[in-house]
Amino acid sequence: MARITRDEVLHVARLARLELSDDEVSKFQEQLSDILEAVSKVAELDLADVPPTAHPLAIENAWADDVPRPCLPLDEVFANAPDRDGDYFRTPPA
Amino acid sequence: MTVDTLRLTAEETNGLLTRKEASSDEIYRAYLEAIDARDEELHAFLHVCDDDPGEGIPIAVKDVIGTRGIPTTAGSKILESYVPVYDATVIERCRARGLRVIGKTNTDEFAMGSSTENSSFGPSRNPWDPSRVPGGSGGGSAAAVSGGLAPWALGSDTGGSIKQPAALCGHVGLRPTYGTVSRFGVVAFASSLDQVGPVAKSVRDCAFLYSVIAGRDENDSTTVDVPAVELPRNHDLKGLRIGVPTEMNDDAPGIEPGVRDAVRKAIELAESLGASVDECSLPLSVEYGVACYYLVAPAEASANLARYDGVRFGLREDGADFREMVMKTRDVGFGDEPKRRIMIGTYALSSGYYDAYYGTAQRVRTAIKREHDALFERFDVLVSPTSPTVAFPLGAKIDDPVAMYMNDVLTIPSCMAGLPGLNVPCGLSEGLPVGLQLIGPQFGENTLFRAGHALERALGFDVVPERLR
Amino acid sequence: MSTWEPVIGLEIHVQLKTETKMFCRCRNGFGGEPNTQTCPVCLGFPGALPVPNRRAIEETIKLGLALDCEIAERAVFHRKNYFYPDLPKAYQISQYDEPLCSHGKLAVPTPDGEPVIGITRAHLEEDAAKNIHVAASGRIRGATATLVDFNRGGTPLVEIVTEPDIHDSETAKRFLQLLRQTVVELGLSDAELEKGSMRFDVNVSVRPAGSDELRTRTELKNMNSFNFAAKGIEREIARQIRVYEEGGTVEQETLHFDPAHEESPPMRSKEEAQDYRYFPEPDLVPVHPPEDLVDRFRTEIGELPGARIRRIADTLSFYDADVLVTGGLDRLWSAVVDAGADPKEAANVLANQFVATGTDVSAVDAGELAKLVQARAEIPRAAFDEALAKVGEAGFSADPYLAQKVVADASELDPVIDRIIEANAGQAAQYRGGKHGLLGFFVGQVMKETGGKADPRVVNERVRAKLG
Repeated sequence: MARITRDEVLHVARLARLELSDDEVSKFQEQLSDILEAVSKVAELDLADVPPTAHPLAIENAWADDVPRPCLPLDEVFANAPDRDGDYFRTPPA
Repeated sequence: MTVDTLRLTAEETNGLLTRKEASSDEIYRAYLEAIDARDEELHAFLHVCDDDPGEGIPIAVKDVIGTRGIPTTAGSKILESYVPVYDATVIERCRARGLRVIGKTNTDEFAMGSSTENSSFGPSRNPWDPSRVPGGSGGGSAAAVSGGLAPWALGSDTGGSIKQPAALCGHVGLRPTYGTVSRFGVVAFASSLDQVGPVAKSVRDCAFLYSVIAGRDENDSTTVDVPAVELPRNHDLKGLRIGVPTEMNDDAPGIEPGVRDAVRKAIELAESLGASVDECSLPLSVEYGVACYYLVAPAEASANLARYDGVRFGLREDGADFREMVMKTRDVGFGDEPKRRIMIGTYALSSGYYDAYYGTAQRVRTAIKREHDALFERFDVLVSPTSPTVAFPLGAKIDDPVAMYMNDVLTIPSCMAGLPGLNVPCGLSEGLPVGLQLIGPQFGENTLFRAGHALERALGFDVVPERLR
Repeated sequence: MSTWEPVIGLEIHVQLKTETKMFCRCRNGFGGEPNTQTCPVCLGFPGALPVPNRRAIEETIKLGLALDCEIAERAVFHRKNYFYPDLPKAYQISQYDEPLCSHGKLAVPTPDGEPVIGITRAHLEEDAAKNIHVAASGRIRGATATLVDFNRGGTPLVEIVTEPDIHDSETAKRFLQLLRQTVVELGLSDAELEKGSMRFDVNVSVRPAGSDELRTRTELKNMNSFNFAAKGIEREIARQIRVYEEGGTVEQETLHFDPAHEESPPMRSKEEAQDYRYFPEPDLVPVHPPEDLVDRFRTEIGELPGARIRRIADTLSFYDADVLVTGGLDRLWSAVVDAGADPKEAANVLANQFVATGTDVSAVDAGELAKLVQARAEIPRAAFDEALAKVGEAGFSADPYLAQKVVADASELDPVIDRIIEANAGQAAQYRGGKHGLLGFFVGQVMKETGGKADPRVVNERVRAKLG
């Protein structure tokens, strides 16, 4: 199995919104390659006829009736907010 | 009166209360004093509550479990300042029974690890030997119970985070059947694997705490009603059919001789208590379980940890625009292990790789589940060591992620299959505890409690660390 | 001669008017104070978990049945991953390869036939919250901060995707109108474009007539009216044809209309737009619509708008039928006709004067309205208008208005006309001098003098005779 390239590390880091220093890119390239090599073992099996399992529990139709419940008071909505502007959350411009 | 926090089980501590030999406050204070005395060394707690309300006995809570008004960091810098505005369902259920939160216990960051060395706030230490790890990710809860800082605790288990620390610290821990305990309010790592469970000194304590927290929760779509919990009283194992998967015992990867011998003796003892014992095989589960787990869990984690974006809670680093702010926040806030797993998971889900990695891992998961299901047509429980090794020294594996992952090789397969597992301490190797893993069929907790209780009695293992007796 | 065939596909989002949000039980309501309709789930707080809204699932199934879709035996929610301030979990819970409804179709009556438009899928998802880009200059590019209100975040949204089966802007417009009327009648949504409870994107490409290739398409977003959409599609078709005929190539791009209402997702880099990393939402279990429920819904769906246009067009013109049905007026029209009104006259009154009054259709007593429609020519205009404005009031009776007969008797009108001509001798002279446009002035004066009760046709005739 091919090792993960530097560009691939940067690509997944961007997708996952992780800013990495050059040193980190090198370190993770090494470690992620080792991990991918280990997990690539799954490809050894012939599982074409085996269905995927997304969930170990075979249940379905877990839902709730359409009946309102109380919302959070504003002081709790914003209790942990890093930046608040009036009754809005504020972030740098998107 | 003095409360022997090192030795008393939760059941015995509660006895002091019901017999009015000690008040709830006296008991609470006794544990606070134990924390004062020993937590500087063990670092089991990230936060200690001076006086949590309630009429019952204390409980320690792993710091991934949300507690209203009490800091909940999940062992991560990114949540260092986070104080939940709501209780997790398991906390509500504990409070309804009068249990008082004595503190929040240390964990690998977002429960990702096997030693607590991935905690942003420094590792916990093993009460049997403080130069060694207590296991992980629930090493804080394990150290707290083993070190007499709490009568019992709540942990969470994704691939072994309750069972493995219990093994390394010499006490009891249950990872329940997936779907029996609510995850609502618990900081998510891997949603299809995470389960909250009890950490205790005895199997009966474990069974009781499980009965408190288990059952369908309307706030968690993946929970179900559970069979009534029976507190075990049996002394024998007559009629119990025990399966011994060879790949997880004598042939287990990296198994230490002392661990193998202690588990063998426990199995012989089970036979002498009336159980029938037979060898069996889980070839695919052991061979491919770890690889499967390290694709499924990181994939789910990559999405679960995406909400830490500096907008509504948690750490925020400055940035010129939204994107830069998010990237800096996550760079500074996450440690290496979450970063590694987020990247592996992102990679496994990304276009062009999904089928080869995540898709294939889901099929392997089906195969693992089927392999276990087939064995439970012949056996009531499967047994193996919980960890192939005893507690290892701090720093021994921290630079080798794959070696660290292999430490979970025996706990992971049944987690992938959604099955319950119980750790019961079964002896010492080189003066350190060895854990016996009992795996049951889906919803087979009562069977595990019966088997675990009889063995625990017969083994007579002293859960108080030798150096603290 | 046209040698190009347009290829048009639609993607429509409809907000369901459930009481609560899709995955939590916060109120699903428009216009609350910012962030007051929120909870740990729709704020994406650590540990919060989604619980699906049963009614939203049921209503999506109903819509699927109305669009002749297959209802999945097993539907799954997926996570769609991307970062944006209005997406609190940094993933949207949506559906991917196992949607609730798929493989449907909707026949769209037009004046020249009834094209059948394939419905690829109709699925359920949660809406994003609302970003407000704050800028000193008021321009998005110069924004200094983004403010977020999570009230809308997590409200239920049905996404309907058509096959690229549409070949002209008129059919696209009629499809949208028909779909809108269908969701309104099913009680699923208000589907109001101005409020954003119905939104749509249009994919447009062109190809040489007779070929079945699919060329590069452009996406038209943020159009806030059906007419505007039709015009936008026309323009884009013309532009693409021009590009090809000049030997150029059409670039894949998104064209934003109505920038004042811009609320579209972020401009993402190509690598991210192509990589949402969908995977099954592990916090939820599959949906298996119970068969008896689906069967019950099937029987509950009445005659759909398209079929009614077809039926009514047998009696009226296609245009009248179309206006009545897409305007939600046809059931009242049928009742009024059944009560004895002339079909054409009833259609005219409903589609014009009645709509202008803004009266709630369901409040109208069809029998009384039928009396009014039939008496329209015989009662004064003012009385008719007043009656129509009140036809939705409880206990309304047409009788007092019908009693106010119009004055059509020349012997009654002539003295009034004489008086007015005398009082306006100057204008009368001008009229006689050839300025015939002044006729209206005299008629108006007479109508005013008679308090609107005169029959305008008779007044016209008499004034002309007297000035002649």
